[in-house]
Amino acid sequence: MTDMIEPVSPDTLANGSAHVRLGSNAGQPLTRADGRLKVTGRATFAADNRPDGMLYAVYVSATIARGRVTHLDVDAAKAHPGVVEVMTPANRPPLARDPDAKPHPFALKVDALQNDRVRYAGQPIALVIAETLEAAAEGAVLLAPAYAAEPARMDEATGEIFATEIAGFGNPALFEKGDVEAGLAAAARRVEARYTTPAQYHNAMEPHAIVAAWEGDRLILDMPTQAPALSTAEFASFFGIPPQNVLVRSPFIGGGFGSKAFATGPYLLAMLAARMVGRPVKMVHRRDQQFGPVGHRGATRQTLRLGAAADGRLTALDHTALSTTSSFDDFLEPAANASHNMYASPAMRMAHQGLRNDVGTPGAMRAPGEATGSAALECAMDEAAEACGMDPLAFRLANYAETDPQTGRPFSSKALRECYTAAAERFGWSGRPLAPRQMRDDEGRLVGWGMGSALFPCPMFEAEARATIHADGTGTVEISASEMGQGALTALAQIAADGLGIDGDRLDFRSGDSSLPNGGIAGGSGHTATAGSAIFTAGADAVRRLAEIAVADEASPLFGASNSGVEARGGRLHRVDDPSRSETYAAILSRAGLSSVTGEGKGARDPAAAESRAMFSHGAVFAEVTVDPDLAQIRVTRLVGAFAAGRIVNPRLATSQLTGGMIWGIGFALHEETVYDPRTGRPMNADFAGYHVPVNADVPSVEALLVEETDRHVNALGIKGVGEIGITGTVGAIANALWHATGVRVRDFPVKMETLLG
Amino acid sequence: MPLTLHLTVNGEAHRVDLTDPRPTLLDVLRERIGLTGTKKGCDRGQCGACTVLLDGQRVNSCLVLAASADGAEVTTIEGLSADGALHPVQAAFIENDAFQCGFCTPGQVMSAVGLLAEGETGGDPERIREGMSGNLCRCAAYPGITAAVMDAFARMEAAEGERADDRARTEDRARQGEPA
Amino acid sequence: MNLFDYVRPATLGEALGAAAHPGAAVLAGGTNLVDLMKAGVARPERIVDISRLPGLSEIETLEDGAIRIGALVGNAALARHPAVKAAAPAVAEAVLAGASAQLRNKASVGGNLLQATRCAYFGDPASACNRRVPGSGCDAKGGDRRGHAVLGWSDACSATNPSDLLVPLAALGAVVEIAGQDGTREVPVAEFHTLPGADGDAGGPQLRHGEIVTAVRLPADAARFAAASRYVKVRERTSFAFALVSAAAALDIEDGTIRAARLALGGVAARPWRAAEAEAALTGKAPDAAAFQAAAEAAMAQARPSAEDNAFKIALALRVAVRALTLAAKGTPERMPALPASVFAPTLSAPSPSAPSFQGTAR
Ligand SMILES: Cc1cc2nc3c(=O)[nH]c(=O)nc-3n(C[C@H](O)[C@H](O)[C@H](O)COP(=O)(O)OP(=O)(O)OC[C@H]3O[C@@H](n4cnc5c(N)ncnc54)[C@H](O)[C@@H]3O)c2cc1C
Ligand code: SF4
Ligand code: FES
Ligand code: FES
Repeated sequence: MTDMIEPVSPDTLANGSAHVRLGSNAGQPLTRADGRLKVTGRATFAADNRPDGMLYAVYVSATIARGRVTHLDVDAAKAHPGVVEVMTPANRPPLARDPDAKPHPFALKVDALQNDRVRYAGQPIALVIAETLEAAAEGAVLLAPAYAAEPARMDEATGEIFATEIAGFGNPALFEKGDVEAGLAAAARRVEARYTTPAQYHNAMEPHAIVAAWEGDRLILDMPTQAPALSTAEFASFFGIPPQNVLVRSPFIGGGFGSKAFATGPYLLAMLAARMVGRPVKMVHRRDQQFGPVGHRGATRQTLRLGAAADGRLTALDHTALSTTSSFDDFLEPAANASHNMYASPAMRMAHQGLRNDVGTPGAMRAPGEATGSAALECAMDEAAEACGMDPLAFRLANYAETDPQTGRPFSSKALRECYTAAAERFGWSGRPLAPRQMRDDEGRLVGWGMGSALFPCPMFEAEARATIHADGTGTVEISASEMGQGALTALAQIAADGLGIDGDRLDFRSGDSSLPNGGIAGGSGHTATAGSAIFTAGADAVRRLAEIAVADEASPLFGASNSGVEARGGRLHRVDDPSRSETYAAILSRAGLSSVTGEGKGARDPAAAESRAMFSHGAVFAEVTVDPDLAQIRVTRLVGAFAAGRIVNPRLATSQLTGGMIWGIGFALHEETVYDPRTGRPMNADFAGYHVPVNADVPSVEALLVEETDRHVNALGIKGVGEIGITGTVGAIANALWHATGVRVRDFPVKMETLLG
Repeated sequence: MPLTLHLTVNGEAHRVDLTDPRPTLLDVLRERIGLTGTKKGCDRGQCGACTVLLDGQRVNSCLVLAASADGAEVTTIEGLSADGALHPVQAAFIENDAFQCGFCTPGQVMSAVGLLAEGETGGDPERIREGMSGNLCRCAAYPGITAAVMDAFARMEAAEGERADDRARTEDRARQGEPA
Repeated sequence: MNLFDYVRPATLGEALGAAAHPGAAVLAGGTNLVDLMKAGVARPERIVDISRLPGLSEIETLEDGAIRIGALVGNAALARHPAVKAAAPAVAEAVLAGASAQLRNKASVGGNLLQATRCAYFGDPASACNRRVPGSGCDAKGGDRRGHAVLGWSDACSATNPSDLLVPLAALGAVVEIAGQDGTREVPVAEFHTLPGADGDAGGPQLRHGEIVTAVRLPADAARFAAASRYVKVRERTSFAFALVSAAAALDIEDGTIRAARLALGGVAARPWRAAEAEAALTGKAPDAAAFQAAAEAAMAQARPSAEDNAFKIALALRVAVRALTLAAKGTPERMPALPASVFAPTLSAPSPSAPSFQGTAR
């Protein structure tokens, strides 16, 4: 892996801001800026806060899937030593906004004790506030809820199936191109297969946590959030206060994966609790409470129909998904949409239906839609390759999309071919026998190889940043970005230093609280691109202001150069036509009698580029699995991925993101599954002993290669995203390798031993 | 039932007054003593985020009733590096990018320190993976974690080797009647 | 967690007195009891902390060659002990295949013996459970029982015992030493947990309220199997998972003939399942695939699924038994495998060519 960490050579930006260069800091494989804090325990997560006078809150989770709460023994709870207050629907202070309202399309309904209804097991139904955590926890037990339960609807037979126009976040649920039935009829080979994926829960290692405090009508929140500045408006709306009255501090997030992007019921209850008792309140979810009101990856049942001509070219691709959501909201895992942009086919149809069950509302979980959808698509492609008697890689190359199959647009860049080549070579794919059950290791265990293609869109959101050059030549860059492990504090600071044309150690990078310029949301793999663009343009703006001063100042060696005739580098401005004529930032500012100059910048997608190009990161993943032939235990002995994702700001961190995503693919393929009781809707494995995620011993060898790719359209910096793509492709690669090892096509995830035992 | 505990944490004596015997060692460290470096990921012994050394051995502090640890010596992540110098395990974690969000990291580091003290893995990656499997990392920094522990093992071996050489030299000098 | 009194008696006698109090629970390593208290499954009025009682933390070899393991010996210490490794290597392997290094450092032998089932409905106070509240019913029926028992279960309860350690202990004929206020008694490990019966009787450990386990004793003849004994554990990830099915096998082979055999299965019943029929079937036979297959079939002859979806455990257990016997016959490895008891440990795989192998049936 280390040999892939090559510094990228500096270059000047193609468009705009020609006087600052990206690359002396960005592109370097720096270790994490927050590394020391994190290995010494000094990185402060939300639950680490203990303001004076703080109380502890524990919420009570419903244990039925549907019905009403008929009794809570509030007296018993209050009688417990240390219990200060109990909040139930009967005394819950009012909210300015209905938790069931959807003021904007992305808003999710939340459960904040609006009434006595229970809509899923795990829903908060009361909250206990106490002097100690132990007293609050016991108070919650003593409430001993009684219910009037109604029958749970936990499967297709009992739940309602409904038509939908929207899947995921506002995406159309149906896409049609050409005549799928005709394409299938004309095909020389056809494959039809049904795949299922279960409900999965994000389970970041850091449970949701909040310390809420009111100062008058100002609300101070220590909480992990993927969108610190954006969330203030959301929280403010529930309390009828202006957004600027809410301060969210989120310096470190212990993993989010999509679960820490939105307001949740329990968070609102903690804020209400702090107001109710007039003291700061800390509330941290128990692990089992991570299986309920914080979103999850909804279960899917997907059907794929593929037709291929004798030469292996697809004649039709039909992908339909039934996605499970809650009984009261509409988020549907957009699984079929994963087939929009991967393979060329004259006829395509991607469609979704919804299924209502008594579960919490699902939401975005690392690669929403792409993870589930590509799992099914890549398996089906493998089955089709088999039907055509072709090598899986050759089959995919035969169906390589030169332009975006969905829109017909050219790709902003697409180095997928190079990814296939790099990963296949590193893996040693050539010479793989076509038939299954051909390979054994020297201990007689079955070995199989499989592959899958990876793809993830490159969205950009909106972000703002502020950059300042100080009289001493140092710089400050401010943005309310989110450090949740992807390395924002490192990578964004690298971009920031380049934007200001200074060395990284001269930069003060301020982030992680909502009073700073809005850094947008850390999600959709678009944070580095969006926040990075804002930061870079803010830096360039500050440099431009500085240059204006210098070129107009007769005393400056830069006098007379045009504004774009100077270049910023190492804390100095240089004349482009004569780099020996230069001056430090400090000298320019001191002569001008200024203590600083400040620039501002925004990051967003260029609408013209968005209209003309299809923008995706791509990759290829190859997997080796080893299977005990008698006992059906499985180990993913090798994973090799190669990814092309535009400019890589920090190869060391990007590689970790990618391998992390690939290991999520192992969990998806082999481990992760929520087991609900069909009668009560309770997740019966709502802990880490029952809900398995991979452990260290499950990961003997994972490698991610970075394939060079220059993208002049995706944004000025050429940055795509690496946060989510690793899981796509990997799930299919593992399942396909399992078939190659055993001859068994696995279509239900996670793979269970009994499937292989036959 | 109020009770008073005495704990030595990172070499410092602490007296902890509890109103009742329910708190775990983890909650005493975090919520009473204020050492929040040790994390709570599951509170049920299933993730390893709360790993500390209790009388020199790595344990899950979330399943230790604090009362039962009365009088014990505890080492937490805060006590690992003296005077700002990183422990070899900490340094190796940074260099091998053995974490992302950092939430599991204090537990991983303490577990690795415990594992190296147990001395049963050597530099064998497979034994290290197995020995570190009680520490979940949802960011899945496992390749880096394994590399970091191997790295730290090698460094500590080398340092131990140097110390042994130093001792040998000192002894040599002593034999030759030179001042040490 | 409810409020409780905490006492830390200085002697076994005092501890027995304190534990006799109704509502008292004994605390050793706490890795199971504290966990159950957090879940609300155990709500003791008094905690009797025995973790520092003198005399219960030693491993000693008795005059007759038996090994006496104090109830407070840590799981990790047990696995590292030279006498245990020499006489009963499968015990060390089983311990190291269980839980995590952190848990093994804290967990005691007595606590491991008495740890509760991992049946999810037992662990959920909102569910009915005969094992938790006798006669209350069993919500596992009609729920998730994929991992449940295939041997010795009843309508009252189909939970399994989760311990790895107990499987080789049962195979090797270990005995539990118990102290009570009225004196001491002994129960074989293999019988320590009673099987579920009729009318809501879920069975459970044979320990009367107030009694304390003082030791587990491995008989001297355990050592005759030391050269050929293994533990094999099948689980749903490579490490840090409870056994779906496991087996401990120990053979005494001389001149190509099995003089004596020991076999016990884990994850299949409410107690470690000592397979006496299999042991008898092996005695006097050559240690070959046919003998192992016949023995495993004998062990599983009475098996029946407790749920629609757990019949696979019968086939799996049979194969795990064959594997454990096959590997035992190959000899105890000189060094503990990197992945103890795992099928991915180099020394543990090598399935015999004649062993059954699943068929690739595309659905
Ligand atoms: C996440 C996790 C994973 C695990 N995985 C495994 C696994 O894979 N394999 C495995 O075998 N185990 C596993 N365990 C269980 C672990 O081995 C047990 O928790 C441990 O052995 C219990 O020992 P303890 O000393 O901590 O018991 P305690 O928690 O102190 O006690 C457990 C029970 O035994 C009673 N008790 C303890 N000592 C005595 C005594 N001397 N006399 C009378 N009663 C006594 C207590 O009253 C209590 O009821 C796992 C545990 C956890 C939390
Ligand atoms: S199977 Fe046994 S332990 Fe599980 S719920 Fe039923 S009675 Fe309780
Ligand atoms: S918090 Fe203790 S093991 Fe997870
Ligand atoms: S670094 Fe995020 S959980 Fe390990």
